[in-house]
Amino acid sequence: MTHTSRRAFFKAGGGLLIGFSLSDSGVLPHLVAADTLSTPEPGHLNAWMRIAKDETIRVFTGKVDIGMGVQTGLIQVVAEELDVSPARVQLTMGDTAATPDQGGVGGSTSISAGAKPLRNAAATARYLLLQMASANLGVPVEQLQVKDGIVSAKGDASKRVSYGALAGGGDLAETLRVSGGGFALNVEGKGKPKDPAGYTVVGQSLPRVDLPPKILGRATYSTDVRVPGMLHGRVIRPAGGGANVAGVDESSVKAIRGYVKTVVQRNFVGVVAESEWAAIRAAKELKVNWSSPAAAFPEDVYSHMRSATPKVTRELVHQGDAAAALAGAAKKVEASYEWPFQAHATMGPGCAVVDFHADGVTTVWTGSQKPHALQKGLAQMLGVRAEQVHVVWVEAAGSYGRAGDEDVAADAALLSQAVGKPVRVQWSRADMTAWGGKGPAAIVDLAAALDEQGGVTALEMISRAFSGTEIIPQANTAGNLLAAQLIGMPNTNGGDEFVQWAGSTYPYAIRNVRAVGHIIAPLYGSESPMRTTHLRDPNGPAGTFASESFMDELAAAAGADPIEFRLRHTEDARAKAVLMAAAERAKWEHRPSPKLSASGRGVALSLRGGTYVATVAEVEVDRHTGAVRVKRLVCAHDCGLIVNPAALRGTIQANLVQSLGRALKEEVTFDKTYVTSVDWNTYPVARWSDVPQVEVVLLNHPEIAPSGAGEPSSRPTAAAIANAIFDATGARVRRAPLTAARVKAALG
Amino acid sequence: MSHLSLKINGKAHAVDADPECPLLYVLRDDAGLNNPRFGCGLGQCGACTVLVAGVATRSCVLPVARAVGKDIVTLEGLGTPENPHPVQKAFIEEQAFQCGYCLNGWVLATKALLDKHPHPTEDQMKGAFEGLVCRCGSHVQIAAAVRRAAGMKRSA
Repeated sequence: MTHTSRRAFFKAGGGLLIGFSLSDSGVLPHLVAADTLSTPEPGHLNAWMRIAKDETIRVFTGKVDIGMGVQTGLIQVVAEELDVSPARVQLTMGDTAATPDQGGVGGSTSISAGAKPLRNAAATARYLLLQMASANLGVPVEQLQVKDGIVSAKGDASKRVSYGALAGGGDLAETLRVSGGGFALNVEGKGKPKDPAGYTVVGQSLPRVDLPPKILGRATYSTDVRVPGMLHGRVIRPAGGGANVAGVDESSVKAIRGYVKTVVQRNFVGVVAESEWAAIRAAKELKVNWSSPAAAFPEDVYSHMRSATPKVTRELVHQGDAAAALAGAAKKVEASYEWPFQAHATMGPGCAVVDFHADGVTTVWTGSQKPHALQKGLAQMLGVRAEQVHVVWVEAAGSYGRAGDEDVAADAALLSQAVGKPVRVQWSRADMTAWGGKGPAAIVDLAAALDEQGGVTALEMISRAFSGTEIIPQANTAGNLLAAQLIGMPNTNGGDEFVQWAGSTYPYAIRNVRAVGHIIAPLYGSESPMRTTHLRDPNGPAGTFASESFMDELAAAAGADPIEFRLRHTEDARAKAVLMAAAERAKWEHRPSPKLSASGRGVALSLRGGTYVATVAEVEVDRHTGAVRVKRLVCAHDCGLIVNPAALRGTIQANLVQSLGRALKEEVTFDKTYVTSVDWNTYPVARWSDVPQVEVVLLNHPEIAPSGAGEPSSRPTAAAIANAIFDATGARVRRAPLTAARVKAALG
Repeated sequence: MSHLSLKINGKAHAVDADPECPLLYVLRDDAGLNNPRFGCGLGQCGACTVLVAGVATRSCVLPVARAVGKDIVTLEGLGTPENPHPVQKAFIEEQAFQCGYCLNGWVLATKALLDKHPHPTEDQMKGAFEGLVCRCGSHVQIAAAVRRAAGMKRSA
């Protein structure tokens, strides 16, 4: 197929089961009619939205939806500014040939930053449409009103014209001022966005547009993409870090019906077959001799982290004189906290379809959170220009960071390049859980000085952690991708990401603070199942487990009620408000901890990127077994203006349950050479019987621009539970997850 | 390879498959049905759930030969957009799920549970749902949907 005919193929649709906009309720396929594979320039209004003759508005955004319903929120923002019913707005998300590059999804920024250019573009589109209507109707703009896309003269309903009649099918040719890039990309034009005080669509609990098609079995996930001539691939990962291919015996699988090819490039091994089952069988039965893997993983990771010479050390905060205050303290408290490696363990193991052609033009269907970055990394790996790679986002299983969609796309790309046909790869459960990137383990040592009145006068924090970004979340270089590393393209842009402790992540006002971060070198380079990358709220649960458990220890040392103690140490009205709202809903018993009873309650407060969360946990502890049952979680949440309360509530409720699993159960285990967390039995997550009563109190601030909401409620859960365990038992568990064995050991 | 005849969502499907091949891949790749979904291939999570003779079954570990002659119902066969099954309606009304990749298991296990126990006890619900994974943690809305489908009062 030539380059030109491929474009025609896109235009014609070619039977592709792709690009369904889920907002169409699975009825109308949206097919990319790309004249070029270049990414649209954000400085043109047309790059953001087009109006059709049938009065629908097609919006193009570089954001994607990773299962939290953000597409519904973005539709509301656009519908609000345009004065149209949300039902008229349809989104195309995350397509490198059709949507501006907004950096994809990350950092809980999709609404806080990602909605801004959409809002401003829509406001400008409305401005232009009113100008056109004014000319069309002979009525001054000031005397026009808009209702659901119909412009009419105030007081004379006969003078009316619709958006579709004004601009349907044509171009809204207008230049916009562009600023920023990535998540911060913004545009501004002639139209001024509405005052939030007058919002009628934003702030409403519009039902999520993606859920009915999903529940009716009509939605299309990345796993469901099928293209003509598509083959199925599977990968065979090394026996551990440092294991090299010593030999591959293709005859071991040649008899499998439908078997096509074994692809070996250095340490990348994959099989391709006509059917999925044949590919699975071939991957299982292929005889590969691996050299011995490096015995790189320590028996006790925390001892290793304490004894290893740090790769990088940085003073993160230095205000006042913490050392002097600690030396002269009336009372000094010290404690150390440990957080394990954790896995994304997404529900659907990574899946992608890649169609590589001899001319280098490559189409990629992926659930990646960052399609525009992936385009660059894949192009580099394949040795083609970025403009030759068309990455099309298709909804996938919730990814919670850089889970695996990028790496599996690279696997599929190498296999498609090798066989010259489109190849779909889905990972096995072990490929996902054992070989997906990991959230890093961390140790946080804390010391504080208390004065005679029980006030914290100084705080010192020393963290020892693996970097949060040995693999950065943007797959914009080849070496970022596991398959590329396995064929010998090294990861060159890994970062040193510290446990966060400052500014927008710490809610208390303490005079003397010193924070030092150490980064521990990777356990075994990048071609390792233990390589680290972003997992939901990177470092947040780890750092907050430490800081908020410690705040509780300080409150206990001061003989103070944990909420009263926290209120005393913050000047921030919003921090105080979430604490008090959580306390009120939970009917918090004001008294110092511990209570020493069968049940207990604990609180934790956190701040992340402008979003305030206070969570109260109520637990029961079995003193004989150490087993913890969380009975109730109450979360008060303030992320400024709320776009969609019901969708926000759903995301927070789910995040509370997920983070409860991270607090109580989740820990990646390994032996000397390999990860031993390979499935749902060896990497357990929250299940039905773990789920407590969950209550969410939303504090809405329409006057404050929205901040992020996808991640912040992950943050305080583990500390709130640990603090509740202390309240019930007097035992302090400082290593997560808070397993029965650890609680029992702490009980003594 | 064998010629097998399957009854899927009320229709007969003739497939040419390895009798040992798990039903999941036959449904997805031969019958072209996108629900069920692959989650683990180990029977540990339920993303691949279908109803086989009315029983919620892990299609990723059921050899296709063992489904021959039995009624197989997948999520797409449970109801239609015009006429959703009451269980689907309840899940839609509660806006259950985040990403929804796991939902075959929850919706079909609810259907099977309520067919057997229209007013299930807590223990019966635990029995039906403890073996399912929802990695996003949407259990609170799922539980509300189950109660709604069962006509039960919502818990606080």
